[in-house]
Amino acid sequence: MAPIVRMSGISKQFLGVTVLKDVDLDLHGGEVHALVGENGAGKSTLMKVLAGAHRPDTGSIVLNGQEVSFASPRDAQRAGIAIVHQELTLLPDRSVAENVHLGREPVRRGQVDRRRMEADTADLLDRLGEHGIAPRTQVRRLPVAQQQVVEIVKALSMDARVIAMDEPTAALADHEVELLYDLVDRLRSSGIAVLYVSHRMREVFDLSQRITVLKDGTLVTSTRTNQITQDQVVRAMVGRPLDTMFPDRAKTRGTVRLAVRGGGNSRLHDISLELSAGEIVGLAGLQGAGRSAVARALCGVDPLTTGEFEVDGQPVRVRSPRAAIRHGIAHVTEDRKGEGLALRQSVHDNTMLVRNAAFGRRRIDVERLLRSVRLVSRGTDQEVRYLSGGNQQKVVLAKWLAVNPKVLVADEPTRGIDVGAKKTVYELLRELADSGVAILMISSELPELIGMSDRILVMHDGRLAGELPAGSSEEAVMSLATGGQA
Amino acid sequence: MTQTETQSQSRRPKLASSTIPVLAVLAVLLVALAFAGSAYQEPAGYLALLKRAAPLMILAIGQYFVIVSGGFDLSVGSLVTAEVVIAARLIDGDESATLWVMLLMLGIGAFVGLVNGAITTRLLVPSFIVTLGMLLVLDGAVFLWTGGAPRGALSDSFRTVGRQGIDGVPVIGQLPWSVVVLAVIVVLAVLFMRSPTGRTLLAVGDNETAVWLGGGRVERLRTLAFVLSGLSAAVAAILLGGFAGVSAQVGDGLEFRVITAVVLGGVVLGGGRGSVVAAMAGALTLESLFSLLNLLGVAGGLESTVQGVIIIAAVAYAAVNWRRKKP
Repeated sequence: MAPIVRMSGISKQFLGVTVLKDVDLDLHGGEVHALVGENGAGKSTLMKVLAGAHRPDTGSIVLNGQEVSFASPRDAQRAGIAIVHQELTLLPDRSVAENVHLGREPVRRGQVDRRRMEADTADLLDRLGEHGIAPRTQVRRLPVAQQQVVEIVKALSMDARVIAMDEPTAALADHEVELLYDLVDRLRSSGIAVLYVSHRMREVFDLSQRITVLKDGTLVTSTRTNQITQDQVVRAMVGRPLDTMFPDRAKTRGTVRLAVRGGGNSRLHDISLELSAGEIVGLAGLQGAGRSAVARALCGVDPLTTGEFEVDGQPVRVRSPRAAIRHGIAHVTEDRKGEGLALRQSVHDNTMLVRNAAFGRRRIDVERLLRSVRLVSRGTDQEVRYLSGGNQQKVVLAKWLAVNPKVLVADEPTRGIDVGAKKTVYELLRELADSGVAILMISSELPELIGMSDRILVMHDGRLAGELPAGSSEEAVMSLATGGQA
Repeated sequence: MTQTETQSQSRRPKLASSTIPVLAVLAVLLVALAFAGSAYQEPAGYLALLKRAAPLMILAIGQYFVIVSGGFDLSVGSLVTAEVVIAARLIDGDESATLWVMLLMLGIGAFVGLVNGAITTRLLVPSFIVTLGMLLVLDGAVFLWTGGAPRGALSDSFRTVGRQGIDGVPVIGQLPWSVVVLAVIVVLAVLFMRSPTGRTLLAVGDNETAVWLGGGRVERLRTLAFVLSGLSAAVAAILLGGFAGVSAQVGDGLEFRVITAVVLGGVVLGGGRGSVVAAMAGALTLESLFSLLNLLGVAGGLESTVQGVIIIAAVAYAAVNWRRKKP
């Protein structure tokens, strides 16, 4: 069967830097094609070429047998190519139907024909089997997963034959991912070609029929999904197998650095935990079980209102981030860009951010610190927004290392960063633990959490449901997380 | 991607690239002045320009702190007027009152800034509105107090700072006091922006959540910016009062002029970007431009039109530049 889209020999340079080199990509109707690669491998650029946002320097795009050249994303949209971006582009205060028809409202007697708009939207929602969304609902009131559905409906309403999804699960809770799987499946079976860009191996293997791996702008391999293993894909992306990703576990466990007994607030109940020097403690649980709430409580963002709190055996009061930091508790937040970095400031200033803000201390060897986190940048003057996600995360770690913390709470420290950077983050966390820091690590990727942790605390419904030893199975964790017994 | 390992030697950001355009424009204007007027063929001419520009440059430094932390201070013009009128009335020609009145002026400036800052950060009123309100309050208060015509007089020693200088300096002849005051403030401002507090203030304008989570006291920092702006207005009032004398119009329009100057310096409205040196250079550039227009015989009434064009063009330039820079 001929592909709907055939991209061949696509090359693209930006300011003399080659971002894509002679890349071929076929998208077939009724097929999910996964595009994987580290950050900076050229995935988004290839997607933007397909969507008409970038013009390729060389190469051609053939759509339904006709060579096309898109001058703008609007051109591509008209030709039936739609992109669902990582950040949603909906207007939160408008209804679902209004968003779907934005800029293309049906008109009757000079007025917007609401009835038709809503009927059309309802039809499309039915086609996707999404009966739970009413066309009149304000988008703001929908959970993120359903907002994504609205984006897809919007694409379908423009008669899209090709839908490209950029990290669609990045913003989703675990149970919402299931819904997305169903949705992608239905799109595929209705004959649409889906391009699926993701970092998460499991999704890629669950969903796709074909996988293309990019590395440094070139195509490494493109094959049917059932003819390749997860390990082979990772090796193609970075050149190393998966099982060597995690560093060795702790050799010894030192003194207790942080202890909470009977801690609680509006989200948490009866939390008791101890974090010791040298160990990495994993914190597992379903989305909404209170993992981040524990992180935010320990770090003074949403403080504990009851219970005892000790650092190095001394009772402390942690009522603000400042208080937590001054007691030696560091907080790598989940939202790197929104909460972790001042994006328009330099690497240097971000590295000094906590030191400057919380202590007002000067003089530190920033260069050495950045070398120790293996930062790759064009210099300490570079603005952090120009760094890749992985390097941004290294700056976040450096900013905490600059204040020599006793305890480090890392909430999803590898979210949205590429495999190579993940490995570095793992190594850095282990080095930090070895140097005597107590680490609490939160991750919704269980293989990572199990691979890293010296022991695992599992949360359920705002409480600690139990503790598991290193190397426990995913099943054991999930059992506790869903309210069962260990 | 061709990236290299971190290897830059510099510990501090060097002269920010956004500073270069304003310095280039300034250089062109300064050369043009020499061709346009004979006064500018000697150092004294430029020194006079600097003396004239000093109050605006000092205000620009104060305004920079507020803008870079993400706010606006529209109250500085009225504050300058209020300070001068109050000083004239309290001193009323009495030499011995000079020093304590000057100190009081600084106190008033700091207090007005504190009020602006406290309302902005604690009551969460946008600074644009708070300082607009303060502008109106001060305007009304001055009018009420003076009945339209200010009373009293400044002492001679008060006016010395704005008018006189250190005589007998080689090459330039007289070094105006206002230039000395300006130099001291510039040095202090640059040192402040290199300090941990200064760096954090800049980060507040970029991402206040990150600063708060990093242990910074965001409200205090923003309030500090308003206090510094208020202090800069007090110093500007001391210079302007000495230079131009007492009137109820001395500070008219200064708030817009100073914002134009700061924006011309490439400081981005909304915060997080720009250097204090550039803000100050923006003020000198604006003042040079007006001097040049004056020499070329362009009507004085056109000044505000020019200012309007500049503020729109500078912001547009920054915005367009940005879009292109996005990766």
